[in-house]
Amino acid sequence: MFRTFAAATAAAAFVFATAMAQAEPKQGGQMVVTYKDDISTLDPAIGYDWQNWSMIKSLFNGLMDYKPGTTELITDLAESYTVSDDGLGYTFKLRQGVKFHNGRELVASDIKYSIERAVNPKTQSPGQGFFWQIKGYDDMVSNGAGELSGITTPDDYTVVFELSQPDATFLQIVAINFSFAVPREEIEKYGEDFGRNPIGTGAYRMTDWTLGQRVVFERNRDYFRAGSPYLDKIIFEVGQDPQVALLRLKRGEVDVLGDPIPSANFLTEKNDPANKGLIVKGDLLHTGYITMNVTEPPFDSKLVRQAVNMAIAKERIVRIINGRGVIANQPLPPAMPGYDPNYKGYAFDPAKAREMLAEAGYPDGFETELYVMNTDPNPRIAQAVQQDLAEIGIKASIKSLAQSTVIAAGGEGTAPMLWSGGMAWIADYPDPSNFYGPILGCGGAAPGGWNWAKYCNEEIDALAAKADSMAGPDQAAERIDLWRQIFLKIMDDAPWVPVFNEIRFAMHSARIGGKDVYFADPIHIPVNYEAVYANDVE
Amino acid sequence: MLRFLAGRLVQSALILLGITVITFGLTFLIPADPVRMIAGRSATPETVESIRHQLGLDQPVPVQYLRYLGNLVQGDLGRSYVQKAEVTELIASRLPATLQLLAAAIFFQLLLGLPAGIYSATRRNRTSDKVVMILSFIGVSAPQFVVGLLLLYVFAHKLNLFPLGGYGTLSHVVLPAVTLGVTVAGWYSRMSRSSMIEVLRQDYIRTARAKGLSEWRVVLVHGLRNAILPIIAMIGIDIGLYMQGIVVVEAVFGWPGIGQLAWQAIQRIDIPIIMAVTLVAATGIVIGNLLADIATSLVDPRVRHR
Repeated sequence: MFRTFAAATAAAAFVFATAMAQAEPKQGGQMVVTYKDDISTLDPAIGYDWQNWSMIKSLFNGLMDYKPGTTELITDLAESYTVSDDGLGYTFKLRQGVKFHNGRELVASDIKYSIERAVNPKTQSPGQGFFWQIKGYDDMVSNGAGELSGITTPDDYTVVFELSQPDATFLQIVAINFSFAVPREEIEKYGEDFGRNPIGTGAYRMTDWTLGQRVVFERNRDYFRAGSPYLDKIIFEVGQDPQVALLRLKRGEVDVLGDPIPSANFLTEKNDPANKGLIVKGDLLHTGYITMNVTEPPFDSKLVRQAVNMAIAKERIVRIINGRGVIANQPLPPAMPGYDPNYKGYAFDPAKAREMLAEAGYPDGFETELYVMNTDPNPRIAQAVQQDLAEIGIKASIKSLAQSTVIAAGGEGTAPMLWSGGMAWIADYPDPSNFYGPILGCGGAAPGGWNWAKYCNEEIDALAAKADSMAGPDQAAERIDLWRQIFLKIMDDAPWVPVFNEIRFAMHSARIGGKDVYFADPIHIPVNYEAVYANDVE
Repeated sequence: MLRFLAGRLVQSALILLGITVITFGLTFLIPADPVRMIAGRSATPETVESIRHQLGLDQPVPVQYLRYLGNLVQGDLGRSYVQKAEVTELIASRLPATLQLLAAAIFFQLLLGLPAGIYSATRRNRTSDKVVMILSFIGVSAPQFVVGLLLLYVFAHKLNLFPLGGYGTLSHVVLPAVTLGVTVAGWYSRMSRSSMIEVLRQDYIRTARAKGLSEWRVVLVHGLRNAILPIIAMIGIDIGLYMQGIVVVEAVFGWPGIGQLAWQAIQRIDIPIIMAVTLVAATGIVIGNLLADIATSLVDPRVRHR
């Protein structure tokens, strides 16, 4: 009896201690993060993979940022901002006293320089196109203009943007990595190697980069947000096989697995009581979907596309990925504004689907091809889809190919059906607009675009343009509502079968604390390095 | 001797030139457009074309090849598409680790392979010979990623004798070197066995035995001295065998060498790195062969007068 009581007390004390630790994180300590691949560039104008995305966010800042763990915009380098009534003018007042890691104070011209650098064709920035709405963009991209006429700096702490047309997503654009402030003198000093010698204003400074082995971040003691970040040091160890990294985490040598938990170990680890609280999950702004090329028979028939939507057993597919996802019924992921929780989608009903196929003129089904990327689990998912289609009489042959080949087939419109796994859209910024234009809008349907269904509904395109011109703060709710309607209209046309929204499961050691969502942050993918802390700081 | 050397050098240079043609050609067979990879998924067609032009990828293929060759001669292997860094720098920073691993692997391979082969040769066709040969067969056949993970699991994770992957100290090098060495040791035990059997048949061995020398003296002094020569010469040629293993072993053990670089580059279709590592590996093989030729010719004058 006493023993049980003692155990319970100890457990309670432990829980209490943990709660205490979580209530008052202290600055200090360090964290080891592993990655399989080398870190590529840390230049904010260039870096565009899920590994360097969050690292860049902790080295640099933009005018705007997001509240940790959420998709809610907050000011960052900007102290405040105003939007003109016509939605064409944005004026940002900068924080004073923000310093680059080289000691120089950040001023308004740095913001102008940094965005112009991302737009300048010489930089070869993959983010160039995000700044299309700034006045002077075309001149700089096509006619070799040296600057963007739409950005002016009346004084050292004021930046004024003039847009060529209203864009409700503009605040997201000045929160995206490509817009982050970089010091001109360091860019000129390092040239193309700035990506290995990153100098920003961020919470951490990079202090060591040993090629192929490790990158070290240390706390920026002059960071403008007092008390942030918590950790003194983050060591990124690269070239670490995920299986080995998992063993090292169990041994206490590693704190966070940067890569996903290896599939082979996932269920064992997840169900192991010892890992309670250490495996956390978070929503990604991601949807996995099957596209159907709407420009060619048989998928030019809406009935056929709707029938396919009713034929896919999505639950089984979620089982294939070990439950690392939730069933999707619309293009937008649940964490994205505009997602409609009340929408029921197409119910799984093969019998009805067969009838609809017959009605569409395919009583005996048809033959088609399903393109899929050739790495696990995608071929297995494609096989599940193949079986489901066979149930309603559609014979799909699987084309399991390299990622770039599948993307090319989708872009050129030669793939009748395509499973998006391994190359699906993950939002660049948390706004429904980013889930429309490139992947469902007429613009993305051009050859080489990412709209693999080649779906182009001009009526919807007009609605989308209308939604994105609603830039006033008072219009925000109305605008999101319009987007919700747009995606439901798209679902009626059924160019996609939305299959699941991926959930990110991350694993960390007991030494490191922080809200679960910080280890699977929707914006700071994969880990919000600024928000997590060490539990063992004295 | 000088003429022989010069001839071999010219041959080697021609082989390397041929290899540059092949690696350069292969990159056009890879179904990936490097420009699209650089430009990213959000790029407009104009951005894509502008980058293509800046990289000179819109020029005719022979022009591109000549420019590549011109840069190569100056030691410029291009810039990585994914890592956005000079490939020469990436390779130079990783080459020492690979050479260190190679040296350690050769050490283990000889340590395991030679004694096993000699032992087998002296016990020819007996059970112990067969056991050793079966073991060597397993060593040759076992996939290196399995051996590597197994060694890590048992000796590092369970027994805690070695670090779990990584690079730095002498204890870091043991497991990857053994993994690499085991495979090649299998070959060596077989080779040294047959070489030894050959030597043990020679008249001078019979003479040595007739003199009344002890068996181990016969085998280790008179036999081994002659049997080991072809084996040492083989090491140069074996660098090729190691190059394939290095890719896998370095990836499993987190060893920061050029094999790991190649592995990552292949997964991310980073063409300049793939080309460069292939070229470096090929150069290694060519140099290894060259050294083997020279070594053999020093030992056996018939080779250089042929």
